[in-house]
Amino acid sequence: MTAATLKPVDVVTVGVGVTGSILGKELADAGLKVVGLERGAMRDTHPDFDMPGIHDELKYARRYELMQDLSRETVTFRNAPAETALPMRQLGSFLPGEGLGGAGVHWNGHTWRFLPWDFQTRSQTVARYGKDALAADCTSQDWGVTYGELEPHYDRFERLFGVGGMAGNLRGEIRPGGNPFEGPRSRDYPNPPMKDSYATALFAQGAASLGYRPFPLPSSNMTRGYTNPYGLTMGPCVYCGYCERFGCEMGAKASPQTAVLPALLANPNYELRTRANVLRVNLDSQNKRAVSVTYVDARGREFEQPADLVLLTSYVFGNVRHMLLAGIGHPYDPVANQGVVGRNYAYQCTSGVTAFFEDKVFNPFMGAGALGSVVDEFNGDNFDHTGLGFVGGGFIACNSNGSRPIDSHPVPPGTPRWGGGWKKAVARYYGRSIGLYCHGAVQSYRTNYLDVDPTYRDAFGLPLLRMTFDFHDNERRMSAYVTARAEDIAKALGPRATSAAARSGRYSIVPYQSTHNTGGAVMGADPATSAVNPYLQSWDVPNVFVVGASAFPQNAGYNPTGTVGALTYRVADAIKSRYLAHPGPLTG
Amino acid sequence: MDESSSRRDFLRAVTAIGVAGLPAAAVSTDSTAPAPAPTPPVTRPAHHGLHGAVPREAEEAYLYFTAPEAAFVEAALSSLIPADELGPGAREAGVACFIDRELAGAYGAAARTYRQGPWPEGTPEQGFQSPLTPKEIYRVAIAETNALCRARHGQPFDGLDATRREEILRGLESGTIALESVSARLFFSLLWANCQEGFFADPIYGGNRDKAGWALVGFPGVAAAYTDDIGKHNVPYRVVPVSIGDIRHGRAAVDPRGHAIHARLDKRG
Repeated sequence: MTAATLKPVDVVTVGVGVTGSILGKELADAGLKVVGLERGAMRDTHPDFDMPGIHDELKYARRYELMQDLSRETVTFRNAPAETALPMRQLGSFLPGEGLGGAGVHWNGHTWRFLPWDFQTRSQTVARYGKDALAADCTSQDWGVTYGELEPHYDRFERLFGVGGMAGNLRGEIRPGGNPFEGPRSRDYPNPPMKDSYATALFAQGAASLGYRPFPLPSSNMTRGYTNPYGLTMGPCVYCGYCERFGCEMGAKASPQTAVLPALLANPNYELRTRANVLRVNLDSQNKRAVSVTYVDARGREFEQPADLVLLTSYVFGNVRHMLLAGIGHPYDPVANQGVVGRNYAYQCTSGVTAFFEDKVFNPFMGAGALGSVVDEFNGDNFDHTGLGFVGGGFIACNSNGSRPIDSHPVPPGTPRWGGGWKKAVARYYGRSIGLYCHGAVQSYRTNYLDVDPTYRDAFGLPLLRMTFDFHDNERRMSAYVTARAEDIAKALGPRATSAAARSGRYSIVPYQSTHNTGGAVMGADPATSAVNPYLQSWDVPNVFVVGASAFPQNAGYNPTGTVGALTYRVADAIKSRYLAHPGPLTG
Repeated sequence: MDESSSRRDFLRAVTAIGVAGLPAAAVSTDSTAPAPAPTPPVTRPAHHGLHGAVPREAEEAYLYFTAPEAAFVEAALSSLIPADELGPGAREAGVACFIDRELAGAYGAAARTYRQGPWPEGTPEQGFQSPLTPKEIYRVAIAETNALCRARHGQPFDGLDATRREEILRGLESGTIALESVSARLFFSLLWANCQEGFFADPIYGGNRDKAGWALVGFPGVAAAYTDDIGKHNVPYRVVPVSIGDIRHGRAAVDPRGHAIHARLDKRG
């Protein structure tokens, strides 16, 4: 089919979620003509998330109304290179978004900064524990950017998303009630922390009784009416408990829809095209420059959109797949351990402890996506790993993010799996149990990577992305250790029983774990081990920037969105202040 | 309150609190589509609910199940979540109707499932790989389980006593019963998942009749604004559950932003 060629523009973003909307805003404001291509549908607070229809657990939490339609595109998966990858036919382990705003619509709002240590995982680990502390096949590396360099961009993103929290380290001063392990922040959070639920208050008491320093989870659910630097006002969260997997009827959860797009769409330099599914990025004959992207619209028509700058702003899988299909950078070869695109795919190693009580009632249906109490004593390198047999860690949290009964009806160990005994236990403990959650890091390994599947194709006939991934002993040991610490806290709360499940065995794509897929187009200072430079610019095709968690060289023990937002602002600054004056590779 | 006035009130409330909305004119592609029609009233309102009796018409008419399939599912539901002194079970709560409607629609047809071959069974870690859709799984698995029950006990599943039904269900769950066309464990896990969904989903889908599942656990359904309640620690919040249909039909009060105003059950607390 011949694609109609459209009028050239300065910038095209492939995807309009958190990263695509911010970059669109920053570059349109700088006077550039920007087109945002979004594969999914238009959607907004009104009418799409209106009451009462949005409070429908079956539709949104079980049938994944806001998530990727796998009948059109999915990934294939295997645990190891010797196995045959098969398509992920149903959603489970992770839930990529589809439609305007991407996963930034159905997220919870946990908005973290990574630790200074996280950006120097390899060099700091070797310096403290020696070079044998990382497994021989571990490919974790330094990021090519430091916490200090990212700090102003974290600050900016927290202002954009109206994050509520308690500063633990304000310009080097450790502050009571905050996270004492965080890197120094130049300013406090723009909003105060969320209110405590009974569960989060009880957890904080128990954690403090063991000598830990609990603090409120940084939240992008508004804790008061807030107007962000783009002039957009978000209303206060009402703790309705329908947050993760839902859109917010109050416009109280920061998202592209509430924090960026109304201001962006008012700029005549910007044009949004929804249901515009990009098939490929087109390069020049030398493969040194991207000249355009080809997309299909809702009627099946192909268009070629020329642009001077192509920003890949899709989810991790879309970013990496577009690079592989276009030939941007060298595909990773795990046998030779050469090439970069697809290298260092990582994930999150989550686990949990449930505590059951007789004398406490938690009203678990109340809450907010990012209402939680957290301890960070066992994250990153906040504790001495000598003799533990692993690096990294994770935070331990108790969240009240809305327990709805199809997905959440915990029962104590020994309860029958169904029947009358199950029913009695569900009736008894739905309101009398709480969950503690361990949010563990995942290091990168030679055999965990993304490439092009040889067999399965999407609805447009293009090859699917293939994921090869498993947890390694480092992650299993980390999970056992951190989960045991979480169970200690749970037991300090005086429960009748606890039920702990550390992550063990092979990674399964079936049970939900987190939508924190990372890597595959990782950043770094060395083009031999990174697909993009420290400004997320392709080393090989410098008018392509690849923006998102695809740039994480390995995953930290925190939710990714805060760091994704900070990297996005760093890219915006680099393009505006340096690239536009001298288009070409950014160095130094 | 009728639908249009509640919508106007909601829009006023949204405007008043300054929720950001997108200027539609700046959207080039989707904006040409006609605005979606207001959601029509649901056709099967919950009956004899706590918010007043409403007629129950047509709810027993199955869309997909044959009569033997309906009998099988109803019997299985009686074992999975039985009626007891705590209240109705899954069968009484209309979960067979829920599953039937799910199977007759997009879910039963695997509309959002990747469905290109080849179809090797794969490893457990690779997840669902059956070429059958959910509604096809129910069809073949029920027929094959009934054939097994007839061979063993001379009766289809729904003709067995409770002890034997539970024995058969445990056999499907553990895989000690083997079916020809589909994994018995896959069928059981689907049936059990759908049973829980139908017991706890909003009644607009045909199950959770009288909000029996919500009443069992104390789930209020459509949320109120809990801003003032979240901080009342270890104080039970016991209310008459509110469904989406209750609000759409004006059977439950809402605040200016559309959240439910719950009727308290404090005397039971």
